[in-house]
Amino acid sequence: MRTKNYPLIFERSKQGRKSYSLPPLDVPELKLDDEIEEDYIRKNKANLPEVSELELIRHYTGLSTRNFGIDSGFYPLGSCTMKYNPKLNEDIAKLDGFSYIHPYQDPQTVQGALEVMYDLGKHLREITGMEEVSLQPAAGAHGEWTALLMIRAFHEANGDMNRTKVLIPDSAHGTNPASATVAGFESVTIQTNEQGLVDLEDLKKAVGKDTAALMLTNPNTLGLFETEIMEMAEIVHDAGGKLYYDGANLNAIMGYVRPGDMGFDAVHLNLHKTFTGPHGGGGPGSGPIAVTGELAPFLPKPLIKKQGNTYVFDEDLPQSIGRVKPYYGNFGINLRAYTYIRTMGATGLKKVSEYAVLNANYMMRKLSREYDLPFKQHCKHEFVLSGKKQKMLGVRTLDIAKRLLDYGFHPPTIYFPLNVEEALMIEPTETESKDTLDLFIDTMLQIAEETRLNPEIVQDAPHHTVVKRMDETTAARRPILKYDL
Amino acid sequence: MDFRYLPMTEKDKEAMLETIGITSTEELFADIPEDIRLQRAYKLKQAASEMELEKELTDLANKNMNTKNISSFLGAGVYHHFIPSVVHHMISRSEFYTAYTPYQPEISQGELQAIFEFQSMICEITGMDVANSSLYDGGTALGEAINVSYGQTKRKKIIVSETVHPEYREVIHTYGRGFQLEIVEIKATNGITDLALLEEELDEETAAVVIQYPNFLGQMEPLQKIEKLIKDPKTLFITSCNPLALGYLTTPAEFGADIVVGDTQVFGIPAQFGGPHCGYFATTKKLMRKMPGRLVGQTTDENGLRGFVLTLQAREQHIRRDKATSNICSNQALYALASSVAMTALGQEGIREVAYINMQKARYLKSKLIELNISIPFSGAFFNEFVIDLKQPIEKVNEKLRKKNIIGGYDLGKTYPELEGNMLVAVTEVKTKEELDLFVKELGDLYEN
Repeated sequence: MRTKNYPLIFERSKQGRKSYSLPPLDVPELKLDDEIEEDYIRKNKANLPEVSELELIRHYTGLSTRNFGIDSGFYPLGSCTMKYNPKLNEDIAKLDGFSYIHPYQDPQTVQGALEVMYDLGKHLREITGMEEVSLQPAAGAHGEWTALLMIRAFHEANGDMNRTKVLIPDSAHGTNPASATVAGFESVTIQTNEQGLVDLEDLKKAVGKDTAALMLTNPNTLGLFETEIMEMAEIVHDAGGKLYYDGANLNAIMGYVRPGDMGFDAVHLNLHKTFTGPHGGGGPGSGPIAVTGELAPFLPKPLIKKQGNTYVFDEDLPQSIGRVKPYYGNFGINLRAYTYIRTMGATGLKKVSEYAVLNANYMMRKLSREYDLPFKQHCKHEFVLSGKKQKMLGVRTLDIAKRLLDYGFHPPTIYFPLNVEEALMIEPTETESKDTLDLFIDTMLQIAEETRLNPEIVQDAPHHTVVKRMDETTAARRPILKYDL
Repeated sequence: MDFRYLPMTEKDKEAMLETIGITSTEELFADIPEDIRLQRAYKLKQAASEMELEKELTDLANKNMNTKNISSFLGAGVYHHFIPSVVHHMISRSEFYTAYTPYQPEISQGELQAIFEFQSMICEITGMDVANSSLYDGGTALGEAINVSYGQTKRKKIIVSETVHPEYREVIHTYGRGFQLEIVEIKATNGITDLALLEEELDEETAAVVIQYPNFLGQMEPLQKIEKLIKDPKTLFITSCNPLALGYLTTPAEFGADIVVGDTQVFGIPAQFGGPHCGYFATTKKLMRKMPGRLVGQTTDENGLRGFVLTLQAREQHIRRDKATSNICSNQALYALASSVAMTALGQEGIREVAYINMQKARYLKSKLIELNISIPFSGAFFNEFVIDLKQPIEKVNEKLRKKNIIGGYDLGKTYPELEGNMLVAVTEVKTKEELDLFVKELGDLYEN
């Protein structure tokens, strides 16, 4: 076990060391203080660390070994679609012709980039069954908020000023209600029924003249397909509301059913999930939105259009909600997603969903021998177990998650969704082999046995990580958010 | 067609179906109503092999003029700075780039510590008390900042200088829609915010004043004077800053800024057609709990070892849902890492030196253009960008420069009608004297004709 703190980069710093080199100044040097008032010239240097190049490399390489990625091992983090991040995508994104291009270059000089964006948009329209797309939103939550602003602008353009409420199932991602608030709406929670699906009666009660939209993930966060989706669409549309599709779970249904054909009016896609843009340790992501023709005039500007053989930016969108981000979106991530879609094609993407769903159901059935399965029907790409049996033996879901770390796995998402007690939300993805799934299943079954025979070993986990459980209470109560220089 | 990312074999598939107790995967999709099922295959381009796709996309990349091959004078918020090799090598460690948000601190200490160090470096550079783990980019960080000012003051009027990046202003207009904020723009005089107009507009309804430093036109805004005009202690002073410029210039913290935002693209992140970049958000201790985005804090483990965790999560969407300070749930961790590596490579001397070289080279170019009798409309102090008045359509000028293998500067007429015929020229350390002289020569040739 390690007994020493891993040094901070600041603690490695020694005055006089450097890891940069610049050519000598090749222009005549001017005295800057003739021009810049003294008060505006910085007196105290920014205390950035001073290390040699090897020390820099050792520091960050060391940090990387203290981190767990998909390349390190199985990462069944529910709702996050932690699938393999193809290496080709990374190489393409790093080509000079894609990474060293400026957003304000004349479109004539970046036709290759515009072609990628246009073609990606076309592919995403087909995959979602929608009419128009914007690649501008930077992430899923950003896409949600963008589409909600558009829905609001749509209602207002129709003189419908009192649609102030957004309906959101209790199983939804936290971003849904947060995005609704930031877009100026009030959120109303819709109950889930005993089958783990939206309670239609509750929806009927909540819907009304003040409904702006219903936000829905389908399959939902329990991994279950909302079979009454067309009834829900009718209820909401009859009341004059719009249907918003949270694309977080698109990995379950590609090639089988499209949001547009399910009655949705707007959808965001998490290109960093379904379409393999890497998660990057928390970002960047990319959250394009696709919408029906009715909502298209409200899209953020500019859009990319093709005129003859030339790609151009279309700024002429008088009803647009405006820009949601400078420039055109996270191009680098969009490029990776495009590379992935082109690698898989239509047949491949359907197989992705087929195997993602098969893997999840296989694990669900095997794990339900030991863990409580609150919803018995087939799941889609992910499923939720409850650790309530283990809790009765004094072992909490958090303990199970920590014990998994000892066995070299990233734990599932825990304590979400909120409507399942001691939830464990597992999403294997299609890029994992049966061998890996079996290893994980065996480990989970073993932890269940440990819980019965030797609960302390689970309660005290992890035992083999570089640090043990962290004191999060003190971290929040007496926050230390930077190194004290 | 084989799919190299899919390990499923026929044999495995059969065994798995048997465990589930079904005969075909179709049964797993039987709950999707028949009438909405897609009855055909997606109409997409044919799947391509790795070899074909690499060729096709490399060809597309080669269709773009890239600023490594061709001399570019574009800046306007996105800059071509030198990126040391170490940056690429470190962000290509897949333990970093294939990880997600560090929810499990025991196996995420690498990412958590890297973010903690990023937060520390941003505080050092801006002079502020606290910084978050990063936001999407500088423009959206400014959008988040105005929402914080509304949350803090419950006031709806936001005063923003016209010298703030035009697209950042567009973004805050959009961000303001949610809470129906009133965004008031202040005109510029001689390339900086008109202080008289600002003073007139300030009132007890003002939530925030937004200034860019150095501003979009390259000029240094008089932050000291602006801060003095903001007499109401409740009104927040928000600045959007190029962090490289702060290697040489006095920090906004010293001029009383309450929130400092911007983009760390200048440190180790290529332009990549506008994104992803990396927004930073720094503020005072007082506003710490109002901050949007992830925060990493230092703590100890059960054995007393130092470690890092995501903290103050009670602000965030996954806990607070509709009461959260922001809907944001990601950050730009990978590019925050790129910037941290680049800032480490520079160190305290390097950041100042690079800033200084940028300023010297920009001034050299400016002096040479003055020799050509090209008029320079703004006379104030500047960082690495300045405006030249060519008195002719910039689009045409740039077209001619392109034929000489030069990408000219930003056409200001597009966003400032009164600056029609003016170009914003950016000079960074990557420009050699030869390139600057060539630009002067080509511009001189055009200017004479």
